[in-house]
Amino acid sequence: MSLPVAFLGPFGDAIDFILYERESVSGGVQIGGPGEILELTGTHILVSAVALGAAIVIFLPLGLYLGHRNQGEFLAVSVSNVGRAVPSLALLAFFLAYLGIGFVNVATVLFLLAIPPILTNTFVGVRQVDRDTVDAARGLGMTASQIIRRVELPLALPIIFAGLRLSTVAVLATATIAPLANVLTLGVPITEPQTYGDDGQRAAAMVVAVVTLGADLVLRLIERAITPKGLRLTDRSDLPQRRRLSPIFLRRNRPA
Amino acid sequence: MTAPVAQVELQERTGDDCISNNGFCPDWIVDNFDRYVDPFFEHIFLTVVSVGIGFAIAFSLALLAHRLRWTMRPISGVTQVLYTVPSIAAFFLLQPYTGRGNLTAIVALVAYTLFILFANIMTGLDNVSGDVKDAGRGMGLTDRQLLWRVELPLALPEILAGLRIATTTTIGLATLAFFAGGGGLGALIEQQLFFKSNVVVAGGLAVLLAAVLDLLILGLQRIAMPWRQAAVA
Repeated sequence: MSLPVAFLGPFGDAIDFILYERESVSGGVQIGGPGEILELTGTHILVSAVALGAAIVIFLPLGLYLGHRNQGEFLAVSVSNVGRAVPSLALLAFFLAYLGIGFVNVATVLFLLAIPPILTNTFVGVRQVDRDTVDAARGLGMTASQIIRRVELPLALPIIFAGLRLSTVAVLATATIAPLANVLTLGVPITEPQTYGDDGQRAAAMVVAVVTLGADLVLRLIERAITPKGLRLTDRSDLPQRRRLSPIFLRRNRPA
Repeated sequence: MTAPVAQVELQERTGDDCISNNGFCPDWIVDNFDRYVDPFFEHIFLTVVSVGIGFAIAFSLALLAHRLRWTMRPISGVTQVLYTVPSIAAFFLLQPYTGRGNLTAIVALVAYTLFILFANIMTGLDNVSGDVKDAGRGMGLTDRQLLWRVELPLALPEILAGLRIATTTTIGLATLAFFAGGGGLGALIEQQLFFKSNVVVAGGLAVLLAAVLDLLILGLQRIAMPWRQAAVA
């Protein structure tokens, strides 16, 4: 092995797995190397993106609408309470047993897993926008869709993006067990150690971790990019949730 | 032998045909239920230990961050990174250090709970009104008395909300603990992945466990805060 990563021990071996093809543990098949890793990563990201995209397109606007109308709170909150209680493996296995294997089935499971954080966070984010601000917008003559688009959505962005990040991380993590349904994501070396060996397992785990952290980072950058400048200056999202509003709103005497 | 009659008899939900047709077989479930008992308790063990340790760590970190404000951002950053790294990946990244077995699973699960517990404890403590703290100081309470007699009790609902979320998510994650060699209900699911009866029972037990613990803690929340409904988690 030509790369001097031996000092990293088992992680060096794993990096080696990523960089160089080699014969499999059981012999006969070529495994490892950047080609295969990229292919697995590509499928991983693809199935995750399809599921996330569908969930966002359907449930983000729904959350905005329900939050604006202050309807469906029970639904928006329960979907998260119920969704948290269902283990991803059990959901996947359930779909496998009753609907079989394949890309569409896995994407559906991931889609279902992605919904709760998006719906709940969007709803809660819109609800916690200061009512006076919304009233002022109404007083200016804005229509409902203008209020949602120009007032509630920007002010709810931190919480909405927190939900998007939660969803993305959950979906990317669950896509790792997709090989159980014959969808060949980065979970392949993890679920087939007899072919890929410990190095392969470790390498796949490293790539999964990097991809997930990368997606989280990308979402944070996107959030920063699309937050209106005025809101960005008062951004206090590093503080615990309820302090996130500007201090002005917290110091006035406000009815409960 | 009248063949059509024999065929009709064999369509019942018992015996080998139910299994080979991969239906939902109550008889099989009753016969094999004892297979689920040990993993079920393993699962509870993993969850309770992980959430317990995670809570202890998160609580200490929160008290630290409450006192030394500047530590809050770094701690928050670290817990978020730990939360973002998927547990499956963490299982294998920990393996060179902690081997296969319960320890790896518990370490990874603990790391996962830290973020939500730390965030909720911090939020709970920070949401204690300044007026109440002023009144406490005016009564002559020391900082430590203020923390334990005023701030923490008032923060309790939020803390319990975080505990609820951490518990239910940990139960879900513990189904993957078998990847780390840790047992639990997930091992059973994976053994017979396509067999409907198995999946429904094992998955159903996990969901049931999550629902029961969730309701237990929710009940605690209501007791701790009888004057209003439990807040949105």
